[in-house]
Amino acid sequence: MPVHAITPDYKGDVKDRLENFHGNQIVYVGWDHHLMFCAAFAYPLPPETPFRALRDEVMPEAFSLHPEWSKIDWSAATWLLDGQPFEPQLDVALKDQGIGHKSLLRFQTPDLKGYKGAGV
Amino acid sequence: MAAKKLNIKDKYRLLTRDLDWEFSYQDRNKAFPFEEFEGIKITDWSKWEDPFRLTMDSYWKYQAEKEKKLYAIFDAFSQNNGQLNISDPRYVNALKIFLTGVSPLEYQAFQGFAHTGRQFGGVGARVACQMQSIDELRHVQTQVHAMSHYNKFFDGLQDWSHMHDRVWYLSVPKSFFNDARAAGPFEFMVAIGFSFEYVLTNLLFVPFMSGAAYNGDMATVTFGFSAQSDEARHMTLGLEVIKFLLEQHEDNVPIVQKWIDKWFWRGTRLLTIVAMMMDYMLPNKVMSWKEAWEVYFEEAGGALFKDLARYGITMPKYADVIEKEKEHISHQAWWTFYTHGHAAGFHTWIPTDEELDWLSEKYPDTFDKYYRPRWELAKEMEARGERFYTKALPQLCTTCQIPMLFTEMDDPSQTCYRDSVYNGDRYHFCSDGCKDIFDDEPEKFVQSWLPVHQIFQGNCGGPGVEDILRDYYQMNVGVDNMDIKGSPDEERWKKWKGVA
Amino acid sequence: MSKVYIALQDNDESRYIVEAIEQDNPEATVIHMPAMIRIEAENYLAVKRETVEEKMGRDWDVQELHLNLITIGGNVDEDDDQITLTWNS
Repeated sequence: MPVHAITPDYKGDVKDRLENFHGNQIVYVGWDHHLMFCAAFAYPLPPETPFRALRDEVMPEAFSLHPEWSKIDWSAATWLLDGQPFEPQLDVALKDQGIGHKSLLRFQTPDLKGYKGAGV
Repeated sequence: MAAKKLNIKDKYRLLTRDLDWEFSYQDRNKAFPFEEFEGIKITDWSKWEDPFRLTMDSYWKYQAEKEKKLYAIFDAFSQNNGQLNISDPRYVNALKIFLTGVSPLEYQAFQGFAHTGRQFGGVGARVACQMQSIDELRHVQTQVHAMSHYNKFFDGLQDWSHMHDRVWYLSVPKSFFNDARAAGPFEFMVAIGFSFEYVLTNLLFVPFMSGAAYNGDMATVTFGFSAQSDEARHMTLGLEVIKFLLEQHEDNVPIVQKWIDKWFWRGTRLLTIVAMMMDYMLPNKVMSWKEAWEVYFEEAGGALFKDLARYGITMPKYADVIEKEKEHISHQAWWTFYTHGHAAGFHTWIPTDEELDWLSEKYPDTFDKYYRPRWELAKEMEARGERFYTKALPQLCTTCQIPMLFTEMDDPSQTCYRDSVYNGDRYHFCSDGCKDIFDDEPEKFVQSWLPVHQIFQGNCGGPGVEDILRDYYQMNVGVDNMDIKGSPDEERWKKWKGVA
Repeated sequence: MSKVYIALQDNDESRYIVEAIEQDNPEATVIHMPAMIRIEAENYLAVKRETVEEKMGRDWDVQELHLNLITIGGNVDEDDDQITLTWNS
């Protein structure tokens, strides 16, 4: 059963439903094997945001602190969306290519192995 | 003729269960409405027995004596400016975590045991829970008194109860206890009385209290040992409850096992911050977290679960994962707080070279390979005048609420990502352990108040991080937070010690 | 075999309790740590009132152990004459 409660058919208040974010959705972005950043970042973004804006305007603020950020060859990078291989369409909105509320995007840059090649 | 002195068994019987009565005109189920919904079956409450057989008169006598001794030591500490005897001002930051993260849990325990102490049909259990409730209130009070002296001289201790309710990393301990208190009385007892107070308690107390002893903090040592004598009773209550439930009915065994699995996992996740404290925040080291885990869980817990095997109870699920994680979590956690130091109510720092070497020695399989490089990068950035503070907010685990900083144990450079979809929404977890907990009771955990999401919903003021720190968390920005280097704490310490 | 243990605050009273435990449990190991004395034994440990009284030089209630105790491991059984710790393994 979905909860062990004393009242039958107990339903919990879903704290993070989309409507609570005032027109934004949440997207998480993580750079695999680059643990200088201890966890994926969480971003509140309008669902209409084109992918290009996420990658080139939103992500750099935090990610550019990494010494390898400026060396990324985006044409060689691979992506996972919620665990599945994904090819981002740069000029399409997040919501129109399956990047929904609380989706997780992970990108991999196999030639860049982190600071001192240590996955950092 | 002089009255004969009662022996301990008779006195206990007269002053506990003989004060109970059979209801003659009310339905017993109405008086104890929470006893059945969890599926636990109790056939005979009279089989429950307090091993210490403590009655209220003895309780008051011994507790009063402990208090007199304890407060005399607090007075001496204060009068002698004991804060000057600590090893190093960095040490006080461990106390800031304790007061904001642990002391409020004692208060929640006080509330939880007061509630549970009313809900059990068995009078022996009710008496023991009530005593534990008073003990926990005592612990909040003595901790606040112990820390109050430090509050006169160091930052970050001034608003602990407000911070506990608001600050992002403190939602981890707060939600842990909220989960337990929102559960039924039997789950609460297995969660707190057994898993936390028996299985894991030494892993909380020994690091903090031995850490205090090794670092010249007499006030905390004294409070710690005084509280631990109460804890010995709590431990026996926890163990007694477990054995009682398992002996009452075989149907209880799978329910209890599931609770042990859940709460062992939640408890270990909660202890991540203690692991970090042991390995990174004590200038004089006691032992490594890895060593503490080996002694206090693998050995002590091993003996315990061997004892419980006769009931059909097995080691908690994912104990094997935790055994591997013991070599990683402290490093991952301190790195997280170091990189989020601008948003913490205590100071952070790069370990000294001697400390880095100690970590290499204590963690020969993991430190140099995965974690030393992070500190080399941090040193480079600090030397450039760009001390690393992260510029975005982290993804949090829906169950334990910790940032998703844990990694796969077969590839420790890979973040561990797990998720579930429930009623059309996606939820993320740091581990199989946390995912299992959500999947078992999603209607409970969809209610997680996740600080990062709450900030994005506009519920924590803002708009910037600094506004949130100052107005919502009520931190003194530029004083409570940031690196220890250049902090008011460090400046004052140097002045007291007459060093540059 | 599993270890039972008891840890006491390191103060003037505890020293007599430790002496009593050592006498009654010759196989036990006593470990001194800062501010704390930890005593371990395989499967069984007993703290006996009479022995403690002999060492301390005064009457002593088993329940007074609460004033010196830090922590314990094992199944507890307490009566007027002693407290024992056991594991059944």
